[in-house]
Parts: sequence; C-alpha cells; structure tokens
Amino acid sequence: MMASMLFTAEGVTKKFGGVTALDNVSMSIARGAIFGLIGPNGAGKTTFFNTLTGLYQVDQGKFTFDDKPLNVKAPHEVAQVGIARTFQNIRLFGEMSVLENVMVGRHVRTKAGAFGAIFRPPSVHREEAAIAARSHELLEYVGLAKRAGDKSRTLAYGEQRRLEIARALATDPKMIALDEPAAGMNATETIALRQLIERIAGDGITVMLIEHDMRLVMNVCQHIAVLDYGRKIADGTPAHIQKDAAVIKAYLGGAHGEPAATGEKA
Amino acid sequence: MTTLVADNKKKLIAMLLLGVALLLLPIFAGFLGQAWVRILNITLLYVMLALGLNVVVGVAGLLDLGYVAFYAVGAYTWAMLASSHFNMHLPFWVLLPLGAFLAALAGLMLGAPVLKLRGDYLAIVTLGFGEIVRILMNNFDKVGLPWSDATYNITNGPRGITGIDGISFFGFNVSKGLEIFGLQLSGLQLYYYVFLVFTIISVIGVWRLQHSRLGRAWQALREDEIAAKAMGINTRNIKLAAFAFGALTGGLSGGLFAAMQGFVSPESFGLLESVMILAMVVLGGMGHIPGVILGAVLLAAMPEVIRYVADENMQHKVFGTVLIAPEVLRNLIFSLAMILIMLFKPAGLWPSPEKK
Repeated sequence: MMASMLFTAEGVTKKFGGVTALDNVSMSIARGAIFGLIGPNGAGKTTFFNTLTGLYQVDQGKFTFDDKPLNVKAPHEVAQVGIARTFQNIRLFGEMSVLENVMVGRHVRTKAGAFGAIFRPPSVHREEAAIAARSHELLEYVGLAKRAGDKSRTLAYGEQRRLEIARALATDPKMIALDEPAAGMNATETIALRQLIERIAGDGITVMLIEHDMRLVMNVCQHIAVLDYGRKIADGTPAHIQKDAAVIKAYLGGAHGEPAATGEKA
Repeated sequence: MTTLVADNKKKLIAMLLLGVALLLLPIFAGFLGQAWVRILNITLLYVMLALGLNVVVGVAGLLDLGYVAFYAVGAYTWAMLASSHFNMHLPFWVLLPLGAFLAALAGLMLGAPVLKLRGDYLAIVTLGFGEIVRILMNNFDKVGLPWSDATYNITNGPRGITGIDGISFFGFNVSKGLEIFGLQLSGLQLYYYVFLVFTIISVIGVWRLQHSRLGRAWQALREDEIAAKAMGINTRNIKLAAFAFGALTGGLSGGLFAAMQGFVSPESFGLLESVMILAMVVLGGMGHIPGVILGAVLLAAMPEVIRYVADENMQHKVFGTVLIAPEVLRNLIFSLAMILIMLFKPAGLWPSPEKK
C-alpha cells in the first residue's frame, strides 16, 4: 500500500501565534492519481500547500515524497525534488515570450552556467536546442504552439492558465499541484481544463488539485480530502465526500442542529 | 525560406556597412578636431557602462543607483597600479582583468547584503553604496591605524591620481599615436580602436549571457520572483551573478577610462554619473541591447553636440542677442529631450519587440 503512495503527510501541524492553521493533518496521494484538496475559505488549504512547498516550516509532523522524507528549506528546492505548481493568481513572466516562459521551467533540469553562456561550447548548444525542443513539445501539449513567439501577457486568461501548466510540466515533475486552476474560467474553458488534467494524469504525473469549482473536483478527482479550520474533516472518493455530513455542515452551515439547505455545492 | 536568406544577406550587408563606418569614424572626427575623437571614446565607454548596468537593471530587474562605483573601482585599480603614485607600472593585460575582477568582487559585496531588497529599498541602498565608494576615494589619502601615528596615502584624496600610464603592448605605447600608410593617427584615435574592440566584446558577452539559461533566469527573476523560485531557480545565486557581471563590465570600462585620461579623481564618479548611465538604459529601452546602445550613444554624445550647436553665436543669429547662458541652455535642451522621450516613448526609444 505505502509503496504505491507518492506523497504522504503525517500529523502536520502549523501554528501562527495562537492560531492553529493546520491541526494534525494527515493525507496520502497515490501515484498517478488526481487528488482534490477542498475546503471553505480559510480552511488551511493554502497553508498546507505553503508548508509542503517550503515557504513555511512545519511545527510538527512530516512529509514523505517518492519514498523519501520531504524536507525542503527553500522554495526553489521543491521543483528539484519533483513537485511543480501553478498559482491561484496567475504568475507568468509577462514580458517574456510564451516559449521562453516554458524554457524557464527547464532551468531546474539543465545546468549551463555563466561561462557556458559566454563561450558556448557544443554541450551548451546541445542543451539549449534540447530545452527549446522540449518547450515546443509542451506548448503543443497544452495547445499554445501558435502563440510561442508572443509575449505571455498578451494571452487570453484561459491560455495563461494553460501556459502556467506547461511551464510547471517543463520541470519534469512527479506531482503537479494546481492552485485553483478553474478560477475565473467559463464553462467551455473548464471542460478543456478538465481534459488537460486527465491527460496529464494519464501520462503518469500525479495531480494535486486545490479547487473551489465543485463540479470539476467531483468529476475529475479519484480521491478528495476536505479541510475545515485546519482539521481534516473528511477523506474519500467523491461519492463518499458528497454524502459526508461533516462536509455538508462545513460548506453549508447547519450549526445548532438546523437542517442543511440543499445546494449545488455538495 | 528565400526571404530568410535575403534577410540574412541584408543583415550581413548592414553589418558590414556599420563596421566600415565604425572604423572610419575617428578619422573623420579627427578632421574636425581631437575633441570630437575624445567624445567618441567617451561614448564607447558609456556604451560599455550602459550594457553592464543593463544586465542588472534591464535584464534582472534590480534597480541599482550606485553603478558608477564599479567604474570607479576599475579606474582606481588601474590608476594606483600603473602610475608613479605607488611607483608601480603593471602591464595592461594584468590591470584590465584585475580591475574587472575587483569590480566584480565589489559587485558581490554590494549584492550579498541586499539580496532580500527590491525596488525602492534596493535603490536607496545601492545609492548609498555608490556614495560610500566615492567618499572612500576622497578620504583615503590619510588612512591611519589605531596603533600608530603613521598615515598612508592610498588614493591621494580629492587631488586624484595623475600621470597614469596609458595602454602599451609589445613596447608600443598607444597614447603616442601612430603613422600608418601615410595616415597620422593620434593617441586618442588609437584608443578609439582599443575601446571599440572591448565594446564589441562586451556586446557579444552581454548578448550571449542574456540569451542563455542564466539570462532567462534573470528575466524570470525580474518578472516574478516567487514564480521564479517555484521553477527551481536559486534566486540568491543568480542575483549575485547579475551584480558581479554588471560590475565586471563597469570595472573594465573604468580601467580603460583611466588609461586614456591619464588622470582620475573622485569627482568623476558622483551620483550624477550613476543617474546618467541609468537614464541611458531606461531611455534606450530596458533589457534590449540595441536600445541600450542607442540610449548610451545619444545621451553621451548629445550634451557635447548641443554644446557646439547651441552656443552664443547661434543665439546671436536667431535672437539677435544672447538670451540664456549656453551652459544653462544646454542642460535645458537635454532635460527637455529626456522628458519628451519619456512622454512619447515610455518603454524607451528602441524597446524589445512584441513578437519574437
């Protein structure tokens, strides 16, 4: 069982002063799975994500990634171990071309330095050609090949999201973490996104999806964990989560024993 | 495909014409007077400075207001080790790399403490650094030690260092000039060719750096530091590299300046110089090498050209009398030109193209 898990968190706790942002959170993500992490605003999703990616250090608990303890001390080490991410509020390199954005993603898997850059030995020429070729492939993959030469800030919103995914894929990740990729997308764009996510998982890359669009999460994820006030309140298949009383309560209220209203959120 | 070949041919012809023009330029300028040749030489030094600062500000996006400090380090390295000041006369092939190396070291010294600063905060600290270097040059003529009364004269203070050796190789002194094919080339004209070689090396070096893995990382840093980190870029290392490479170019330019001028003093390395070099980068087009070169050429040459054009004679002809002192008029026209460029071309005169 454990060997098939790519990522596990065990008893992760993170406190900010008196506030316990994460309280003894444990979860595991199977290799090749599409895993959803959901919860109401302020539930601790982003905090969890930031501890995982080295922005914060955990107070207690530990992460395991790819059968090794995950112990990152600086954000740039995360890509090295094989976790790539996209951002909730798109963070592209706006003045760089679409192709260059993806080429930056290859940084962590290549090694030419300053002297290589200036003197350009054959090995650097080969490396540069390989970077460009792989980046073109990834642009084809997300359907942006035609825009390769444009500055990335000129892309439409949905295209920018896809470019972020291509850039993340360029780091050769074992797991890609998508932070609210469907935010601000219309229905057509969301369907295209869903197909892209399924294709990425089909190619063997584990997907961790942090998302508010419940229809997307329920349709695309095989496994979902729900956070509320820093605690994990549920963990299971989409069908299981939809019926879970604690989840319905967290999303729709229902304190003081009031009957929970039915809504499309669940 | 055929248009591509034709384009390349056109480019080649343009490059050849530019090369010939650059080679003949000092000879024509020489007919007008050696002062014009000096303007050309200073312009080339500014092109190198602007290219170096462009790595830091234009490509990596680190606002540096103390860049002239590296120019000073290069110039003083040459001045102190190739003059009667310490009675040392090291050859240029030791001095130029040494000056560039020490400047790069100074770049790292500036870079290390400001790694976490951005924007305005970074600008203030770098501005302070530039001033510190200038004040050091000004006051290191009486360096005392706590345990003795003796003082040491390291930089000769505000009087500056005079009698600096020019460039000479194989026993040939560049400053002395040369007669070739019946053509008399002055020392200044020969310096032009030396500077041109180093400028071309700088252009190629900086261009290659910018269009490399490191250059892309610098641009990513400029555009979004958090996203750059998430891509696995060690932003600390590449920031230091940007400061070091920018400083290296400045140091090289400084050494060449000292060799041509034969005299350095702290007042050549004031804040206004840093601002001027920054203006060249910004007005030309940040991060775009042809634009930066254009900016440097215009801003270095324009004040001198205006000096010759907008003199009292001209005012007599136009207004019948001298309305404004020529020096004031010169600054007025210069400032006005800068304001107009920023109003009508906010991205610079020649910014990087929208489509690659």
